[in-house]
Amino acid sequence: MSKGIMYIDGQRVEFDGEKNVLAVIRKAGIEIPTFCYNSELSVYGACRMCVVENERGGIEASCSMQPRDGMKIRTNTMRLQKHRKMILELLLAAHCRDCTICEKNGKCKLQELALQYGIRRVRFEDTREKVELDKSSPAILRDPNKCILCGDCVRVCDEIMGMGIIDFAHRGSNLRVTPAFNRCISETDCISCGQCAAVCPTGAITIKGDIGRAWNAFHDAKKRVIVQIAPAVRVALGEEFHMKPGENVMGKLVTALKIMGAEQVYDTTFGADLTVMEEAKEFLKRKETGGKFPMFTSCCPAWVRYVEQRNPKYLSHISTCKSPMEMFGAVLKEHYKPLAEADGRETVVIAIMPCTAKKFEAARDEFKHNNVPDVDYVLTTQEIATMIKESGIVFQEMENTATDMPFGMGSGAGVIFGATGGVAEAVIRRCVNDKGTGALQEIEFCGVRGMQSTKEATVSLDGEEIKIAVVHGLRNAQDLLKKIDAGEAYYDLVEVMACPCGCVGGAGQPYTVRSRKAMRAEGLYAEDRVSQIKRSEENPMVIALYDGLLKKNRHALLHVEYGTAGKNYEKE
Amino acid sequence: MASSIDFSKAEEILSSYGKNATFLIAIMQQIQNEYKYLPAEVLEYVAAELGISVAKVYSVATFYENFSLEPKGKHVIRICDGTACHVRKSIPILEALRKELGLSEKKKTTDDMSFTLETVSCLGACGLAPVLTLDDVVHASMTPEKAVALINDVKQEEKADE
Repeated sequence: MSKGIMYIDGQRVEFDGEKNVLAVIRKAGIEIPTFCYNSELSVYGACRMCVVENERGGIEASCSMQPRDGMKIRTNTMRLQKHRKMILELLLAAHCRDCTICEKNGKCKLQELALQYGIRRVRFEDTREKVELDKSSPAILRDPNKCILCGDCVRVCDEIMGMGIIDFAHRGSNLRVTPAFNRCISETDCISCGQCAAVCPTGAITIKGDIGRAWNAFHDAKKRVIVQIAPAVRVALGEEFHMKPGENVMGKLVTALKIMGAEQVYDTTFGADLTVMEEAKEFLKRKETGGKFPMFTSCCPAWVRYVEQRNPKYLSHISTCKSPMEMFGAVLKEHYKPLAEADGRETVVIAIMPCTAKKFEAARDEFKHNNVPDVDYVLTTQEIATMIKESGIVFQEMENTATDMPFGMGSGAGVIFGATGGVAEAVIRRCVNDKGTGALQEIEFCGVRGMQSTKEATVSLDGEEIKIAVVHGLRNAQDLLKKIDAGEAYYDLVEVMACPCGCVGGAGQPYTVRSRKAMRAEGLYAEDRVSQIKRSEENPMVIALYDGLLKKNRHALLHVEYGTAGKNYEKE
Repeated sequence: MASSIDFSKAEEILSSYGKNATFLIAIMQQIQNEYKYLPAEVLEYVAAELGISVAKVYSVATFYENFSLEPKGKHVIRICDGTACHVRKSIPILEALRKELGLSEKKKTTDDMSFTLETVSCLGACGLAPVLTLDDVVHASMTPEKAVALINDVKQEEKADE
């Protein structure tokens, strides 16, 4: 790690371990423009927007420059301005410029920089052939006509998710980002994690929206709209309304949803509590009967999809528990059945999720019966923000409203599901017999919290040492599987979340950097700290449900066998 | 289609390189020699065996002009369109051959799979410009007429053989 002093636009700036000049410039408070630079991915150096001029008039990309002691650079000379403007003009020339009706209008990096640099004309003709949109994925929409070839999606898919679904193909002016053999996304192993859409600076990859369908349901008098809100949404939604990451806006969101037309608003934390109950039970049963270990968590649909397609030998290792959203969806549909029969209003379950893979999960055959899905529509955090804005609600000024009963109550253990390590911690809380406060603290510090890519913890359960691993970022999970394959590691329980930092970093959330994702996680832990109910089994509504609705068809409602579409549900 | 492809050759080639992904280009060159082109199924097999993504393999395969993802005809004609050949009028030769064979910029191989027509950037025979190769044999100082005659000769010979 190098240390020293540089001079940026005449200002003396110290550097200490920054990986490139670009990072030092940004540290000095200068917002140097980039398209292809993403601090969490490898350096690509293609967009040339971050160019700087050295003392001899040489121009170099600051993202691919090592800081050196005594280095003198300028970031905003006439020549640099001219270069940047030319790059923007050329990019715009080969770009679909329907900005006002683009999904990314107002959130597009190209639009933002074109505005910032005052690009007022495009002198070059667009000679590219129009390419068809790829609408095949349930989660993302690809519009290659808006691609600026920055490669962020290619690198996130490969480096962070370990999937490599899309890559560059052809060369020169024919260069394009595409799945292999120009296939559509649905013909690949894509897990719908949506991270490509999250990093895309333009509208080339966007999240497939369900806003129209959701509004239709809200405004249909023959429909009873029941909303469930995932834990991670409440600590990120505020960012869309100029609030701090981690600020809990659950109460405001409930108020807004009621105004928009939701009949009942519940907390998916309740579903998470059910998951904890079932997963802990399954874990202890596996221990008793010598079941398959490690047992993997099943909450993350992108992870489940990965195992199904690329590593099916571990399918039987995945917990048979449905995800909290699907458990809750099944319970809600069952609970409202008599009411729907009585007044003829169809129950529509809308789930507000930080996740794009949930759209894929909701559409899976396993979660449909009589062709009706348990969760009708999944809206991402960004989509609900758009709907709130559309409806004219001034979100910041909303009063807080509590979630409805009987399913509006969740434990602290359920809330922390939204952060990496949360599911593991919640299951440990349930399994450990010592229910004192001391035990809670011990669990907190056992090593499951934090943003390291792979965390390990050991807890003692009835005298037996239980080895736990928590991993986020699908590539890290794949590396862990390789270790398990090679016999280099053994675990009893492994929590996997495909997205970096867990659900708080889901692709449905407002786009942000790692440090802010950690702030969101902090927001969840803060809610856990103030909740009177720390453990899922202490949630009185969960207890009541087990004594009621779940008495008869617990397994059918809460468990799933992947790859057996529909069969499982009708069994009991 | 998939069942008609013999993967054993690909396996042999992959094994000879120790299934090391750094030899991807060399592996694909040999596969192209063996199968005459790069069949999609074989590329998927290569990706799986090398432990890299299919998209990455496709990326490399489409980057190099020399790799072909489509089956080539029995005879391959390459017209040089390097600077020297271009200024000595290689394009009219290309156009004449396209017309003769019913081909276009997109359609490079005849329906009966007898001819494939491609352009290359330089064959390194600039002194003989404009040149073309027919099945790797260089033909110098071509004109549209000479080129068409060359094709017709090949067609005649084939008829005679039948």
